[in-house]
Parts: sequence; C-alpha cells; structure tokens
Amino acid sequence: MTDTAELQRRTAQLLADHPPATTGRLDFLKARFDAGLAWVHYPEGLGGLGAPRSLQAVVDAELEAAGAPDNDPRRIGIGLGMAAPTILKYGTDEQKQRFLRPLWTGEEVWCQLFSEPGAGSDLAALGTRAVREDGGDWIVNGQKVWTSSAHVARWAILIARTDPDVPKHAGITYFLCDMTDPGVEVRPLRQITGEAEFNEVFLTGVRIPDTRRLGEVGAGWRVALTTLNNERVAIGGMRLPREGGMIGPVARTWRERPELRTHDLHQRLLKLWVEAEVARLTGERLRQQLASGQPGPEGAGMKLAFARLNQEISGLEVELRGEEGLLYDDWTMRRPELVDFTGRDAGYRYLRSKGNSIEGGTSEVLLNIVAERVLGLPSEPRTDKDVAWKDLAR
Amino acid sequence: MTDLLYSEEEEALRSAVRDLLTDRLDPAGVIARTESDAPHDVALWKTLTGDMGLAGLLIPEELDGQGATHREAAVVLEELGRAVAPVPYLTSAVVATEALLACGADDLLARLASATTVAALAVGLHTAPGADFPAVRLENGLLSGELTGIADAVAADLLLVPADDGGLYAVDASAVTVTPQVSFDLTRPLATVTLAGAPAGVRLGDAGPAVRRALRAGAGLLASEQLGLAEWALTETVRYLKERKQFNRSVGGFQALKHRLAQLWLEVVNLRAAARAAADALANGEDADLATAVAQAYAAGVAVRAAEEALQLHAGLGMTWEHPVHLCLKRAKADSIAYGTAGAHRAAVAELVDLRAP
Ligand SMILES: Cc1cc2nc3c(=O)[nH]c(=O)nc-3n(C[C@H](O)[C@H](O)[C@H](O)COP(=O)(O)OP(=O)(O)OC[C@H]3O[C@@H](n4cnc5c(N)ncnc54)[C@H](O)[C@@H]3O)c2cc1C
Repeated sequence: MTDTAELQRRTAQLLADHPPATTGRLDFLKARFDAGLAWVHYPEGLGGLGAPRSLQAVVDAELEAAGAPDNDPRRIGIGLGMAAPTILKYGTDEQKQRFLRPLWTGEEVWCQLFSEPGAGSDLAALGTRAVREDGGDWIVNGQKVWTSSAHVARWAILIARTDPDVPKHAGITYFLCDMTDPGVEVRPLRQITGEAEFNEVFLTGVRIPDTRRLGEVGAGWRVALTTLNNERVAIGGMRLPREGGMIGPVARTWRERPELRTHDLHQRLLKLWVEAEVARLTGERLRQQLASGQPGPEGAGMKLAFARLNQEISGLEVELRGEEGLLYDDWTMRRPELVDFTGRDAGYRYLRSKGNSIEGGTSEVLLNIVAERVLGLPSEPRTDKDVAWKDLAR
Repeated sequence: MTDLLYSEEEEALRSAVRDLLTDRLDPAGVIARTESDAPHDVALWKTLTGDMGLAGLLIPEELDGQGATHREAAVVLEELGRAVAPVPYLTSAVVATEALLACGADDLLARLASATTVAALAVGLHTAPGADFPAVRLENGLLSGELTGIADAVAADLLLVPADDGGLYAVDASAVTVTPQVSFDLTRPLATVTLAGAPAGVRLGDAGPAVRRALRAGAGLLASEQLGLAEWALTETVRYLKERKQFNRSVGGFQALKHRLAQLWLEVVNLRAAARAAADALANGEDADLATAVAQAYAAGVAVRAAEEALQLHAGLGMTWEHPVHLCLKRAKADSIAYGTAGAHRAAVAELVDLRAP
C-alpha cells in the first residue's frame, strides 16, 4: 500500500532527478506522469500508483513548495475532469495508453461534443448520426453547439446516434473524435461577454475508426453518464482558502475603496460573505468525506451553490463600483484559450457567471436530480420512454 | 485543520440519544405538556443527564463530568433539535456550564455534572455574545432587581446572576421569584426573575468574560440545534409529500415542490458544514469567534425557512395544533433571536474580517 511517506519519497526522487529549475516544463510534467505522481489514484503506468485519492494533496503540496510547474487545469479542464475518468473506466488498454498521458500534460486539449441545437438538457434526444461502413469506420454527420475550447482542442468526446429505431437512450454510442480530421469544422460562437469561448462544430462525413469507439455500440448513454457525473463533482472537490472564490475580489474592493461603501451594499456583502464561507466549508466537508471513503450526496449540490453565489457576488460588485460599473473592460471578439471565471473585471465576471447555472447541466435540471436521487421524490412523467427515437416529435 | 465530519463515537452518541427520544417523546405529549404548568419533561431530563451523563459533557472528568467537547454536545443538540425536546440542555448543560467553567466554580460544576442541579444564566435569551446585559443591584450582600426573558429559569435550581459590581453570583432559586412569561416558543419557556434582597452568597467571578464565553458557546451550539430542526422539517416534509396525493398523483412529484425541497436540502447541507465548523472551533478554541458568528449568521435563515416550508407544504394539516410542525416553527423562530440575531452576528463578522460599515 502506498502511504504518505512513500509518496513523499517518490516526490523527492522526482524532484532530484528532474530539478524544476533546470528541467523544461513539459519534460517535468512527463516525468511526473511517468513517476505515477500525476493523479496518484490512477493505476500504475497511467500516471498513478493506485493510491488513495486523498494522498494527492501530499504530492501537490511538496511539488508546489519546490516550485514545480503544474499542468494548468484551467486550460485542460474538460480533459481532466470529464474525458479522463471516462476513458479510465470504459477505455481499452490501447486507448488509455494513447490518450491519458498527453491529456494530463496538456499537450492535447480536449473538448466535449455533446450538446446540439435541439438537444441540451434533454441530451439523449441528440440527432448527430454515426453510421458504420461495412463493419469498418464510422461516418459521422451532424451539428454540435456551445462547445467550449473546440478551437484549441486536439480531441473531443463525442456522442452520436447509431440506432434511430430504438428509444432515445438506447441508440447512442460514445466516440473519441480527432478534431483535425477532415469534415470537422469549428466556427466561433460569440457570447454575451464579447468573446468566443465556445463554438459551433459541424461534422460532415467525419470518418472515425472503430478503435476510437469508447464502450459498446448502443451503450453510449451509460458512458456519457460517467462523464456528466464527473463534470458535476469536478467543481465540488476543489479546495479553496477563505475568500478564495469570487468573494475575494469584491472583499478587496470593499477594503480598498471606502468611498464606494453604502449601508445597503454592506448588508448584502456580509450576507454573501457568510454564504461564500459556508459554501467553502461545505466543499471542505465533501472533500473530507471523499477522503475518508464515505462519499455523501453533497456533490450534487455544490455546482448549484457556486452558480448562484458567483452570480450574486459579481452582480453586487458591478453595483459597488458605481460609475465604473457602467464601463466594461473590452468587448473585442477574442477566442480565449482558457476558461477564466474569476479573471478580468467585475462586468466580465458578472456576465460570464451567468453561464455557471447553464453549463454542465442547468440549475433546474440539477434541482430535479437532487429531488429525485437524493430526496427520492417521484420522477417527472416520461412520455418518450418506450418510443423509438425516430418517432419522437421534434 | 477543521474536522467537519462525525467520528464513530459521535455517531454512536447520536443514535443513543435518538433512540431514547424516539421512545420517550411523542409530539402529542410535548404539545400537551406545553399547556400544563410543567412545560419541561423532567423524567426525560433525568434519563439524559442521570443515566446517560450528558449534562456533564463539557465538564472535566475530575469534576464528575465526561470531559468531552463541544463536538459531542453539538451532536446531542442536533437530536434535541430534531425532537424539539423540552429540556434545559442548551441553557444549563452548555450556557450555564460555560459560565461556571469561566469562573472555575468547581463545586457547582460537579453538581451540574451529576445532574443534581439545573442552572440558568440570568441573561436574556436574546442577548448576543459581546452585547451589553442588565445587572441587578448589590447592596450589603443582598441582590435586588428584575431580570426578564430568562430561558428555562422555571426549571432551574440555581441562577447565575450578574450584579452591578461587575460580578457573577450563584443564587439559589428558592431565594428568588420566578414568574413564567407567555413565551412564543412553548418548549423553551422564558421567565422573569425577581430578586428582592436575595443573599448574594459567593461571587463566582467577573460577569463580563463569563457571560461572553457562555453566550458564544450557546450561539455556536445553537446552530446544531437549528440543524436538527431544519433536518427534521425537511425529512418529514419529503416523507409526507411522497404519500400525499392530489390530482391523482403524489404531490411530491410536482416540479415546483421538488425544486423547493431540493433547494432546502442544499441549505441544510450547508448548515451542517457551518454548524460542524462552529462546534469544532469551540472545541479547539481556534477561530471560534468567527466560526460561531458565521454559523449564526447563516443558521437562523435556514431553520426558519425549513419550518415555514414544512408548514406551507403540509398545508391545512400543518396549520393545526395537533401537528408538530408548529413546535418546530416556534422553536426555529425563537432560535433566530436567541443568542443574537443573524444581523448581530453579521455585524460581528464585519469586524472580524475587516469588512467595515460605510
Ligand atoms: C458557457 C457554456 C459552455 C458550454 N460548454 C459546453 C461544452 O463544452 N460542450 C457541450 O456539449 N455543451 C456545452 N454547453 C451547453 C450546455 O450543456 C447546455 O446549454 C445546457 O445543458 C442546457 O441546454 P440548452 O441550452 O439546450 O437549454 P434547454 O435544455 O433548451 O433549456 C431551456 C430552459 O428550460 C429549462 N429546462 C429544461 N429541461 C427542464 C426540465 N426537465 N425541468 C425544468 N426545467 C427544464 C432549462 O433549465 C432552461 O432554463 C455550454 C453552455 C454554456 C452556457
């Protein structure tokens, strides 16, 4: 069993063999992966050591103290948070060997080709078709939308319909799609902030070899659920210091700019400060539960809480800034490489945080999930359960 | 690092208390008792304190206590909150005990630990930690004056009375007049304490720091009681709405209600983290002022909303005297004032983290 002492020894060895001061960033990250210190709970040979997940903190702390480079999780969030756990669970050996290392080092960025113009919350209604050519490659046609980072992604997780004659959840298959293949066209989709962080993706006769299929034909929905569950807990496990989130900038502004303070804003700020602190404690509690092997359902709620808090706090900050709140830093259309909730100015944060209650499942849909899976309340009436996808009204 | 989980021993303590309360406390009995002259369940109190030794959790073992911490006391309060139990636990085993601990009143602590004595701090229940509080007159070794809003004074054998010399005095209940007030929360009744030349006896110590420490512990652990209340309200409402049918389906299946309950669940989850953080901070003495203020600035809103939602969603049934939801609502609303309102605790947060008023 790998314990704290063993991990500290291995970390020290890594730092001795590859001193951060003289080793290139990418070389260091590759060496860290090969040493099993990338995500210690992953299997040996795949960047881990099969150690308890809670011990990752030991490695991270030692590496941070030594000034080692990190893999910028913000840039590769979809790969780390969603693609990796799904590939780990459903991938073939060849797929795991091929994809996990460059995913973790950030050499290859991933995006998620799930949502479609006609299938958002009701993701299983998707219509992008994948048809198999004589037992060989799959040919994919369709359109995806709101795809974050598609313009920088090398690979995509993709779900497509492979059998329209069965009910919607049954006829879906999960693929790993090469974004550089012919027929993949990415068009920027400008958003409320002025920039284009997400995209439309048109798939026209895209050829995907069967070796890039993840899981069984027709079992794609089950595979996708792994992705979606991981997407929702990705936020909850994050460890923040006090004032580490969106509340940080507004508290600083309050302290530094007494001339902006009003009584009304003071009351609202204190309320939000307390709520942010409580949400931080809840996240910490969730982390402690996971680490001690007693996972609770709290994760389902974390994303809901963060979305609301981010929106209220950033909204307050725009008001606090008064005259400056009437301004915006920059409306230039850009295609940013990383998703940055807390960067830029208050106006940007306010607008970007509106997406927090939509991306990765809307707050309404998450409330349904909590009500049904956690509280056990009856599910919504389902009229499409036994109907073949092709016969559904669209 | 703050430990926000429950230990195995704490879970064992919880189930022992819950089993006892399930056996011994039914809502009809609690409601009937509130209409009698004896609002407290003395028999239940005796079992909790005598047989289970829970009155002495915060008292060191050498004084016959359990030498446990605020973490364990918090678990007991969660369960007492769930049951809206009419026992003077928070007031005697936490608040009065802390005041005595601050004064080093060992002999009295031993009496509290062995449950031969119930004590009440003679400071109005609404008082926030750090707020001013009234004192009675001390003249020639005799105390005179009137103190109002004293929680559980009717059950107390001993009153801890602040006097105008800045001291805290232990006064035998038989030497004062305790007049019940008509309380909003029938299960934690308030009373007026009138001292007409009562013998002051020994001065326990300075009232200021003792009262402050007592009220801080009261406020911090009150969050656990509020958590218990809120949890009961949520669980009971979910259970009822799964059963209750209207429009040919269970009303719990209507999305408007599902979302309200899911939202409430989220708040209860948050409250659990805040309450645990406060209990842990009180146990370790680290960050206790802030953790307590944060928990109290958050808890009242959740507990009151949970009780109000429970009432609304039980509808006609919830509005009746027979159904226990009103016990929960009355306690939750009174708790929102006890040991300082959310607003008072937010003001404390503002000071502690340097977010000053304009
Ligand atoms: C910033 C951002 C980034 C994104 N990135 C990606 C990405 O990288 N990859 C990707 O695949 N997708 C991405 N998305 C898409 C996102 O997952 C969808 O927008 C989301 O799932 C909602 O789908 P929709 O927009 O079609 O809304 P709809 O499903 O049409 O919903 C419309 C409204 O109806 C409500 N609603 C729907 N169903 C129910 C129900 N059962 N009960 C109650 N209310 C309901 C919704 O909450 C919403 O308010 C991104 C979105 C945003 C905003």
